[in-house]
Amino acid sequence: MIIAFIQRAILLGVPLLYGSTGEIVTEKSGHLNLGIPGIMYVGGISGVIGAFLYEHACGNDVANMNPFLAILIPFLASVAGSVLMGLIYSFLTVTLRANQNVTGLALTTFGIGIGNFFGGSLIKLVDSEMPSIVLTKTSKFYSKTLPFADDLGWFGEIFLSYEFLTYMAIAIALIVTFVLNRTRIGLNLRAVGEDPATADAAGINVTRYKYGATCIGSAIAGLGGLQYVMVYTDGVWSNDAFGDRGWLSIALVIFALWRPNMAIFGAFLFGALCNAHNYIDGLGVATQELFKMLPYVVTIVVLIITSMRKKREHQPPEHLGLPYFREER
Amino acid sequence: MPERAAIELKNITKTFGSVVANKNISLTANRGEILSILGENGSGKTTLMNMISGIYFPDEGQIFIDGEEAVIASPKDAFDYKIGMIHQHFKLVNVFSAAENIVLGLEEKGRYDIKAACARISEICGQYGFDLDPRKKVYTMSVSEKQTVEIIKVLYRGADILILDEPTAVLTPQESQKLFAVLRRMRDDGKAIIIITHKLHEVLSLSDRVSVLRKGAYVGTVKTAETSEAELTEMMVGKKVSLNINRSTPENPKPRLEVHHVNCTNREGALVLDDVSFTACSGEILGIAGIAGSGQRELLEVIAGLQKSDSGAVLYHNPKTGNVENLQNKTPLQIRELGVRLSFVPEDRLGMGLVGNMDIIDNMMLRSYRKGHSVFLERKAPKDLAEKIIADLEVVTPGATTPVRRLSGGNVQKVLVGREIAASPTVLMAAYPVRGLDINSSYTIYRLLNEQKERGVAVIFVGEDLDVLLELCDRILVIGSGKITGIVDGRTATKEQVGLLMTKSEGGEPNE
Repeated sequence: MIIAFIQRAILLGVPLLYGSTGEIVTEKSGHLNLGIPGIMYVGGISGVIGAFLYEHACGNDVANMNPFLAILIPFLASVAGSVLMGLIYSFLTVTLRANQNVTGLALTTFGIGIGNFFGGSLIKLVDSEMPSIVLTKTSKFYSKTLPFADDLGWFGEIFLSYEFLTYMAIAIALIVTFVLNRTRIGLNLRAVGEDPATADAAGINVTRYKYGATCIGSAIAGLGGLQYVMVYTDGVWSNDAFGDRGWLSIALVIFALWRPNMAIFGAFLFGALCNAHNYIDGLGVATQELFKMLPYVVTIVVLIITSMRKKREHQPPEHLGLPYFREER
Repeated sequence: MPERAAIELKNITKTFGSVVANKNISLTANRGEILSILGENGSGKTTLMNMISGIYFPDEGQIFIDGEEAVIASPKDAFDYKIGMIHQHFKLVNVFSAAENIVLGLEEKGRYDIKAACARISEICGQYGFDLDPRKKVYTMSVSEKQTVEIIKVLYRGADILILDEPTAVLTPQESQKLFAVLRRMRDDGKAIIIITHKLHEVLSLSDRVSVLRKGAYVGTVKTAETSEAELTEMMVGKKVSLNINRSTPENPKPRLEVHHVNCTNREGALVLDDVSFTACSGEILGIAGIAGSGQRELLEVIAGLQKSDSGAVLYHNPKTGNVENLQNKTPLQIRELGVRLSFVPEDRLGMGLVGNMDIIDNMMLRSYRKGHSVFLERKAPKDLAEKIIADLEVVTPGATTPVRRLSGGNVQKVLVGREIAASPTVLMAAYPVRGLDINSSYTIYRLLNEQKERGVAVIFVGEDLDVLLELCDRILVIGSGKITGIVDGRTATKEQVGLLMTKSEGGEPNE
């Protein structure tokens, strides 16, 4: 029971981890991308489209499918879809200096609309009786776990029983932490988010860093959508099923104090909190909803504590949300 | 030591629109020497140095570095010529450590190694006698430590021509002495050092030679050992120019506003007003002269209730009731409710005075919005006022509904002054009201101030042009580093006298 609870928490936490790692990368460049929920949604549907096309090309027969391509095609489709969203966001906010909050919210609405449009179209295309697309064949490839996990008892079940996207999420979060803190690129990126004028004076190409961080961040976040549809729902896409995971990822950024290594822990905690109501007996419908609020409550508590401690390292990047004009002083 | 020219400027000219910032300037800085560039505000010192450091490009003239002609088109070019400039406003990332700020943007080969960088920084510190912990975060640093980081940043990049823009403006005297010791050590190391300043005593104690600029033109260069304070002041302020501003004799001046021993610290914790006392009388214009940033702004804000003072009193003599009220640490609203009619023309017109995106009528209402009696706005009175100001002051605008932002600087100022005067004040404070204005607009403003004076208003005028101050004001209060260094009579004082008081920042005895 406890093992199942932990496994479930981790499974639920992975999309949040992708989303918040992506958002942290973007926010470090000084851009508050509220389009993350939309980008994750697009990342999911793009993966679905990739998988759908490949399954059809193989005549809907598992025997014809190459495991490598079955993973690679939806993966690349997902990345392409979310990078495109990231490009729209950076063009609007970096080049045209549009308001970041408005652009982000518009992008979320837009992304969910796009997802539902293609989701609906695919459902109509296959004439499914259920309002969903079933891609179990591709999902099988994504759900492959380590073969020896079962032989190692509880240790194997807790630490080794996951799909590659889970390990990748943790690896990306750790790599991002390393890059941010230990490399010149990370130093430059943080400088851009903290004080773009200083970065500019130091000869750093501010625009390039902002574009780069937004697009890479979007790609990472989009993988969260892919994991959700390929692993969490076993390859079943239904419109609007993704829920508020995108917003939860943004809350997680604050919870993690803009540190991806903290986000790993936070994501699994959020996953556990989201899921706790299923493991406690005798909860009514109303109390279940109260339990679902827990991640947000925790975020607010963290915000209050960090605001009261006023430690500068725990604050968001100083120029988060502000456009940068070189000529303006 | 033989003189080796590190950098040589020949006939440099730079114009911004119709304003000539630098006119035909030639000067030389040698290695192993500290050169001071001395001049009043707006004399073109910073513009000139910005051309050496690649921020501006000269319109005419040549720059020679080590005897060879150099084209400096960007800060990066300047860096390639080993020129490093330390600006007045620091460019540092607050949450980074000193070392991270120093290596930021450097494209060194090999992997990023902050420990090696720290070691090299400590080495530089040891060489020149800096005191800095490379791991310390910038936001925990004092102003002088931040300046140290900026200087090391330039040295780390291998600069051997250093330009410092008013480096002591933000430092305490002790910190300044420490900086000077470091600069002398760099000079002895063979670096060329140029410092921009307007503090005479620093020039005399630190530099080997002084070049003086005045109103964008080059006046001359003298050896520090062969000059005196009086000679430098005269070179800096020049001969008096007559402007023909009308000045009437104050009629029946009575104390209107008394400032008693006001002390004020700013947000950074520096003392910006140090025991300031003076009296402004009705029917006269009291000028305030001083180097920019000597506390003029804080003084006016303390009177207007926009800034808290630590101690002292601001007494207002109400001409109607004869009551005396203390305005110290009251809000502008409380001051108004006491029946004090105080008008303030701040130096930041569109930031503090007017709302740029609102039209002239709405800007009029900013001062009178409390007068309405219903929930709806009454636009009739402000509209009439706006039209009256446009007609009386010859504001050039397509109409009263044009956003103020779209007017030229002079017209913006007329709108602001017009509104403040329309409130029929008993005290009118104006900070740099003619800054950036053309001659005609300036004279309109002088006329308006004189009219107010004749009406018995106590006018306080903060100015930067000494010729204007000497012709417009009845008395001139000189402020230096937050202290009053003297109060002189506008009719008898000389330019040199005021100039000397302005640059005397410490130990100045008020001489009437």
